[in-house]
Amino acid sequence: MSTINLAVNGQSVSGEVEPRTLLVEFLREQLRLTGTHVGCDTSQCGACVVMIDGKSVKSCTMLAVMADGCDVTTIEGLASGADLHPMQQAFMDNHGLQCGFCTPGMVMSGLDIVNRHGNEPDDATVRRELSGNICRCTGYQNIVKAIRAGARAMGE
Amino acid sequence: MYEFSYHRPASVAEAAELIANAADGKLVAGGQTILPTMKHRLASPSDVIDLGGIAELSGIVVNGNIVTIGAMTTHAEVAASSEVREAIPALAALAGNIGDPAVRNRGTLGGSIANNDPAADYPAAVIALGATVRTNRREIAGEDFFTAMFETALEEDEIIVAVDFPRPEAASYMKFENPASRYAIVGVFLARTAAGPRAAVTGATACAHRAHRLEEALQGDFSASALDGFEAPVDKMNSDIHASAEYRAHLVKVMAQRAVAACA
Amino acid sequence: MLENGIGASVRRKEDRRFLLGKGRYTDDINVEGQTYAVFVRSPHAHAVIEGIDASAATAAAGVVAVLTGDDLAADGIGPLICGVTVTSDDGQPHRAPAHPALAQGKVNYVGDHVAIVIAETLAQARDAAELVEVNYRPLPAVASTADAASEGQQQIHDEAPNNICFNWPFGDKAANDEAFAGAHKVSSIDFVNNRMVTNPMEPRAALGEYNSGTEEITLHLTTQNPHVHRLVLAAFNQLAPEHKLRVVGPDVGGGFGAKIFVYAEELVVGWACRKVNRPVKWTADRTEAFLSDAHGRDHVTRAEMALDENGKFLAMRVLTTANLGAYLSTFATMVPSYLYAFLFAGQYTTPLIYSEVKAVFTNTSPVDASRGAGRPEATYLLERLVDVCAADMGLDPAEIRRRNFIPKDAFPYQTPVVQCYDSGDYEAALDRAMELADYAGFDARATEAKSRGKLRGIGFSSYVEACGIAPSAAVGQLGGGVGLWESAQVRFNPTGNVQVFTGTHSHGQGHETTFAQLVCDQLGVPFENIEVIHGDTAKTQFGMGTYGSRSLAVGGVAIAKACDKLIAKGKKIAAHAMEAAEGDIEFAGGNYTVAGTDKAMNIAEVAFNAYVPHSYPEGVEPGFDENAFFDPMNFSFPAGTHICEVEVDPATGEVEIVDYTAVDDFGKLVNPMIVEGQVHGGIVHGIGQALLEGCHYDEDGQLVTASFMDYAMPRADNAPDFRIDYAPTDPPHNPLGVKGCGEAGAIGAPPAVINAIANAIGVKHVEMPATPETVWRACQSAN
Repeated sequence: MSTINLAVNGQSVSGEVEPRTLLVEFLREQLRLTGTHVGCDTSQCGACVVMIDGKSVKSCTMLAVMADGCDVTTIEGLASGADLHPMQQAFMDNHGLQCGFCTPGMVMSGLDIVNRHGNEPDDATVRRELSGNICRCTGYQNIVKAIRAGARAMGE
Repeated sequence: MYEFSYHRPASVAEAAELIANAADGKLVAGGQTILPTMKHRLASPSDVIDLGGIAELSGIVVNGNIVTIGAMTTHAEVAASSEVREAIPALAALAGNIGDPAVRNRGTLGGSIANNDPAADYPAAVIALGATVRTNRREIAGEDFFTAMFETALEEDEIIVAVDFPRPEAASYMKFENPASRYAIVGVFLARTAAGPRAAVTGATACAHRAHRLEEALQGDFSASALDGFEAPVDKMNSDIHASAEYRAHLVKVMAQRAVAACA
Repeated sequence: MLENGIGASVRRKEDRRFLLGKGRYTDDINVEGQTYAVFVRSPHAHAVIEGIDASAATAAAGVVAVLTGDDLAADGIGPLICGVTVTSDDGQPHRAPAHPALAQGKVNYVGDHVAIVIAETLAQARDAAELVEVNYRPLPAVASTADAASEGQQQIHDEAPNNICFNWPFGDKAANDEAFAGAHKVSSIDFVNNRMVTNPMEPRAALGEYNSGTEEITLHLTTQNPHVHRLVLAAFNQLAPEHKLRVVGPDVGGGFGAKIFVYAEELVVGWACRKVNRPVKWTADRTEAFLSDAHGRDHVTRAEMALDENGKFLAMRVLTTANLGAYLSTFATMVPSYLYAFLFAGQYTTPLIYSEVKAVFTNTSPVDASRGAGRPEATYLLERLVDVCAADMGLDPAEIRRRNFIPKDAFPYQTPVVQCYDSGDYEAALDRAMELADYAGFDARATEAKSRGKLRGIGFSSYVEACGIAPSAAVGQLGGGVGLWESAQVRFNPTGNVQVFTGTHSHGQGHETTFAQLVCDQLGVPFENIEVIHGDTAKTQFGMGTYGSRSLAVGGVAIAKACDKLIAKGKKIAAHAMEAAEGDIEFAGGNYTVAGTDKAMNIAEVAFNAYVPHSYPEGVEPGFDENAFFDPMNFSFPAGTHICEVEVDPATGEVEIVDYTAVDDFGKLVNPMIVEGQVHGGIVHGIGQALLEGCHYDEDGQLVTASFMDYAMPRADNAPDFRIDYAPTDPPHNPLGVKGCGEAGAIGAPPAVINAIANAIGVKHVEMPATPETVWRACQSAN
């Protein structure tokens, strides 16, 4: 077992993990942050995307021990109090989710898009940048709309 | 995943010692290929040596006509680097189109070329640009580095430190993506250099390779139309459910023509 | 229109929990003392099991139990069932080989369940599963749909000679043959309807708990229909008596049909938790989902149309071989039969239709309903064939459709294939779609595209489908084992808020919002005071679940009927309270009023009186809580025209969808925002089938496309924004005037896309998925 110390959603946490424990397993099973999901086993679907030191990462393709010392943000860490984060609110306002399973990863990838492309990403950019996130419900149109609206709202 | 011991060395020397002493050790860079492989229990290293803690392996330096990229530099860092975008924009563009954004935040240049997936993008750039792979022991010409499918010139416990990319006059990488994995079904990297055209092909065959016949065809006439009569050898091409050998051979020509046009 | 009533694009109630990461999917639930299960699965497509040695696995660290088919049989747990009977051409019911939940001596597909390993941790269960030694004697595999019933083929089940499940002829063959013999022209097409993996993003999971004190099993499942699971597991699998079995479908991450069925893992987990007297959790990884979820489609078809000199359809003939996989999944037989052939009329007046469906077994994963189920296959067949007819007759594809449409004044319209369509105005949808898509400007766009080296094509799809599944009497006549009514309970609490219990299940459709809008509209209760509860057999009275776009058209009506009962009862209570005659009481906007006076009483006050009946009308029961069941009189028949415009790069065969228009008739829309989202998702699902998705089995029966690395799911950059509009009609059989919208996109899109590609290249047909290589080869053949 290895001991890891990291910050998750602004809180310091430590845990004992087997080296083979994936970051997503640590988040879901030990910290019980079950908003981060597992939708595949080949790093394709993006349901597990979290932010590590401000960058989007597939938490199913990273060992928990590799996150030792890192700052991790999950979907649970975005809202302030009762208020949704502007990106979360944009998903609600634009019907950017249906079953909700891919949603946490989509929101995280949306934030990553804003980090890299600013507050006015165009449609094609958002569609291309979502190549690592799969949704079966929405047909993506409203996710793209939501991310663009969320990006704008974050700039206001 | 099977059990293993985990190590996070702080230096290349320490990593070299760890890998040398491990029963069946594995160097892990960004882990974007090896971790899914281990999850499927298709690899079972006794020791995982995580190179992520070695600061000296990361970073981008431009020195004259040479762009040096540390082995642990992520695809995202290469894609976003103003130095790389200025010196070899095709290389930045290639890095910016590997996998997806989250994968690019972890995946590294060193990891990609050490793995030598036959459909990976970086090998084509390393070969076509005439890059030099620097390890903790020696320098290896890019062209000699990729020896066979998933095999390289690296010895058992040799560690890639950086890759030196000479700046070309112009270069372009054209990739025809697998719609599922988004790996290259065919990728053609073309560079126009002072010494003449250089070309490399990935995805099409068992291993990325220098495309001498493409170069010959472009010698003296660096134009798309110079490739009108070009035919890639069908019998050397991969054939799978995603693309037949014949189609891949055709795509080599089309991607090459588009790369030439983009270099102009 | 009320702000949050019928017709308003109300933001969804369910979104907040999902956006906060507070959804509660099956795998999110952990319980005290939980163990973890891993299934040992067959690596062979077809093999005899000569022995299983579980001793090393049983002795491994953390292992609680290793259980096999022998253990299951010894406990009298029954095989999995198929709930719909199709009569074969020999007059006998379809062949139904036993489908054990853990293999008993033989495995019949890669991924077939052999043993369950239960351990203290998931890693330990995985480690131990590798130690289970199964001695297989491989047999030749049958992997091809077309050849499954060929002479000399390897036999899979003793009960099914020639690997045939059923041969099902339907229609008047002699009259059909006669019409073909006298036709001006016969158009025909041969094609494959590609096999798909449904792939909801949440993999299947099961968590079983046994209470030895109450002898009750609680199963949390990724299910679209908890009561159906309970019914089947109790009545046919002897898992537990119905009253001692609770099935919960908590938040479910998409279904699209794949989570309708009662799967082996669910039964085995339910049984195993009692056997080991510990909670047992199993969650599929994606590879398991590819191997063990029921797949969809997989037909090989020849279709022919007889036409007169004006392009009128005289008769149609269809010959289909349908792959059902290795065993019959829960509703497998119904999909390529009743849900398929009964839609062959489409939007057209074709008077004679004859079909033969040969359903076959192969050594592949079971095949069952997947978004649309039978109707996408029927629509693809028909709408591709119609385009071939148009080309053969030299007619515009819109014109040939128009000439054959069922006229709008002919509804209700009795088709020659059982179904009686409720309402429709097919020309209105076509006209509106052509206007939105600027069909008139297409030639100019194609010319411009050509100047860029691109081939631009346009394709139509005028579909009709059957939703609102289903009138129970019809289900019974067709050999179905259940009734397909729906139930609802609408309960006022004494404080005036409302809980709505529905037997349908929401796994992305937004029922918690749509149904609350219905109740808000009908009872005048503030939207925020209404909570919709579903998915738990211990909470909801009963229900048949969600599939076949039935939830609003059937379940919504049950809710409305329960509300009717509340309103009626409330009149008595209000009359008593306001000292008026019941006949003088009127109800509107949440208020009971006495006609001709200013006396009024809110329904919340009435509810309070009903629970605190200190002064109360004689003979009226206390309480304000009503149940209703609704059995539909007919299916509902959504319809529409989709127009797809593509650009093909002839150098590579890449297809870009550059424009897509959908004009649908779903009847009345309760929440247009949600409906539009359903249409978007359905269209992209259909685009996935047309361009990207397809299962590939090699000749040994190995699934080559068993991950997202090889099975191409549509991504955000595979489609443009869509133009969406509606051409609604009013279905006379549905009290709410609604039709259903969840599957339409997946039904309408595939032929629209392929018709556009064929139009762009100038070829008769391109097979799905129209991958770049397939399209490139078609371009080569056209030159």
